[in-house]
Amino acid sequence: MNRADSSRMRLLGLMRKEFLQIRRDPSSIAIAFLMPLFLLLLFGYGVSLDSEHIPIALVAEQPSASTAAFSSSFRQSRYFVPHEYASTHEAEQALLAGRVNAIVVLRQDFGRQLRQNEGAPIQLIINGVDANTARIISGYVTGAWGKWLEHAALERGQKLEVPVQMEQRVWFNSELRSRNFLVPGLIAVIMTLIGALLTAMVMSREWERGTMEALMVTPLSMLEVILGKLLPYFILGIGGLTLSVAMALYLFEVPLRGSLWVLFAMSALFLITALGMGLLISTVAKSQFVAGQVAIIATFLPAFLLSGFIFDIGSMPPFVQLITHVIAARYYVAILQTVFLAGNDWSVIVPNALALVLLAAIFLGLTLRNARKRLE
Amino acid sequence: MLKRIIALMLKEFLALMKDKRSRMVLVGPPLIQLMVFGYAATFDLKHVPFAVFNEDRGPVSRELLAGIGGAPAFNQAREIHHVSEIAPLVDGKEALLVVHLGPNFSADILSGRSADLQIIVDGRNSNTALLTINYVRSIVDDFNMDWIRRHNGTPPPAHIETRAWFNPNLESRWFFLPGIVGLLTLMVTMLVTALSVARERENGTFDQLLVTPLRPVEILIGKSLPGFIIGMVEASVIILAAVFWFKVPLLGHLGTLYTGIALFLLSGVGVGLMISSFAVTQQQGLLGAFIFMVPAIILSGFATPIRNMPEIVQTLTLINPMRYFLIVLRGVFLEDLSFTILLHQFWPMAVIGLASLSMAAWLFRHRMY
Repeated sequence: MNRADSSRMRLLGLMRKEFLQIRRDPSSIAIAFLMPLFLLLLFGYGVSLDSEHIPIALVAEQPSASTAAFSSSFRQSRYFVPHEYASTHEAEQALLAGRVNAIVVLRQDFGRQLRQNEGAPIQLIINGVDANTARIISGYVTGAWGKWLEHAALERGQKLEVPVQMEQRVWFNSELRSRNFLVPGLIAVIMTLIGALLTAMVMSREWERGTMEALMVTPLSMLEVILGKLLPYFILGIGGLTLSVAMALYLFEVPLRGSLWVLFAMSALFLITALGMGLLISTVAKSQFVAGQVAIIATFLPAFLLSGFIFDIGSMPPFVQLITHVIAARYYVAILQTVFLAGNDWSVIVPNALALVLLAAIFLGLTLRNARKRLE
Repeated sequence: MLKRIIALMLKEFLALMKDKRSRMVLVGPPLIQLMVFGYAATFDLKHVPFAVFNEDRGPVSRELLAGIGGAPAFNQAREIHHVSEIAPLVDGKEALLVVHLGPNFSADILSGRSADLQIIVDGRNSNTALLTINYVRSIVDDFNMDWIRRHNGTPPPAHIETRAWFNPNLESRWFFLPGIVGLLTLMVTMLVTALSVARERENGTFDQLLVTPLRPVEILIGKSLPGFIIGMVEASVIILAAVFWFKVPLLGHLGTLYTGIALFLLSGVGVGLMISSFAVTQQQGLLGAFIFMVPAIILSGFATPIRNMPEIVQTLTLINPMRYFLIVLRGVFLEDLSFTILLHQFWPMAVIGLASLSMAAWLFRHRMY
């Protein structure tokens, strides 16, 4: 038997042992298959930035034909559910109690001021606690106002003439459906968790139980040990990934404009990086307890907040942008959003893929260095 | 009884703090994460790279472009001279926004006609795209009003005057930092509790604990207190940083705030211990911690409003203690909400806490292998 053959045999033996362990404690299978199913189902439906049916208070201090015309532009908008209040005071109480998110007030002399040169003021009061929603509401109110101006001009038999007429085109996601960008990001977050959870415990478990010493006296080299740990979980992870992609395409109807093989090749690459990070945690921690703690700290929140999944990296201050470079999910999110929504754009894919390769090499290299055959 | 509980609590603290790695994990990372996340979590547009495709050479287009380029949200990346340059710039994310003015822009506007401005926005991040469109629109609206005023035109018959309550400059950091207090507090309680019983079970020391004179309630209290105390300390540190470093206003009463923190810790510790005592191995405990923590954060209203969720998911969030805690945090920080108004948030957290703690105590005895 030559050396390559015996190495393969040793590797297969270790993998078989790992698979047996996976079968004994079904939590690995739960991690790989149930977790993406459960989380993606919950979040794909639950996470949305599309504000529709916003409760808004309308106050016409002196109802007239002109205030009615203005109010109707809100009733026609799908973004608002208008509630009429008789006085500003009542509307303010509703805003304080959280029953409405904003108030539109038409003052007593609205009808008269409309005909004066300065124009009538329309007062908009927004609950600013959620600044993002507040800005979006402000944009929608401006839209309703514009519709009303157009309509009023049309009734006078004129076309609304403004000096600059803006026309917008949104590429890749023309209806601005937030799910289209959130679901690919969610896949990245979920795969980060799966990768780390699958492997975070496996090396430290051997250290803790003393079986690592038993492995050391076998002819297995450390590289073979690591490969033997990586491959079974890689296969599990790819299974979970296939499930996630299928759900994104068929359940959430996210368009896939790039090709499926690029998606899978990049995902496989990311999975190796995520598993590598788990292995590194596991090797450095040496006890399952600490490994578990590090996994809780280092995986979910960074992937959630620093990957560009929801917060745009470009808007972060420079030192935070610098830190995001060590977050593997960042590169995967960029690739996923591009491959799903824009297509196979190599100017985005290649640099991000190279970064993933580099991170994977660093994680696995450090794991190998820390896992030398040596006793403490 | 008190003596036994204190003894167990000391042992728990020793187990957490004796190991250097474990000690580091509890102290360093939450503080580092507070700093990083505090700056990272923002929906305010900054440095959005944009490109200009100006076919017009007149003075008016320059004036409008100066308005866009001068906005703090935008950074002019480059100027382009041909339509074919647009696609590669946007595809490669070098420009999130392209502003296009046709050759007759200035001529149109000077002769009293409407001039067309076209913007192209990268929609890959739909929220950024929406905010960018709104931002450019408000610049264009201002420009229009100004132009009409200067050229004696007829202004629109009505205009909008906007005021934002509680957060006049609409800084999204004010919204997210109280949320981060919640996120990190939850993470710390999970760190302390989720693996604690599972580890003892896996090592077999939990059986020993059960045959001591300690009653399940005493074990429960001894196991809960470290998480509660550490959570309290870290939450306080994070709140101090939010107020003094990030300058988020804290308008409400500290008593109300700490009532919220105490009840949230009760529910967090309870769920953590419940997971931990259900798990047979630490691997299962870790899985349980994530299965709870990840939905608790994503479906809490931290980043995406609960109101945007479908009814069934909204109903599901009623068992999420984080949901109530975030309302308390934001309410006390920004809105000065009173204790009585927040009672509606306090009692669900108390119920979740008591229910999960009882469940944990029951599991101590009944989940034996």
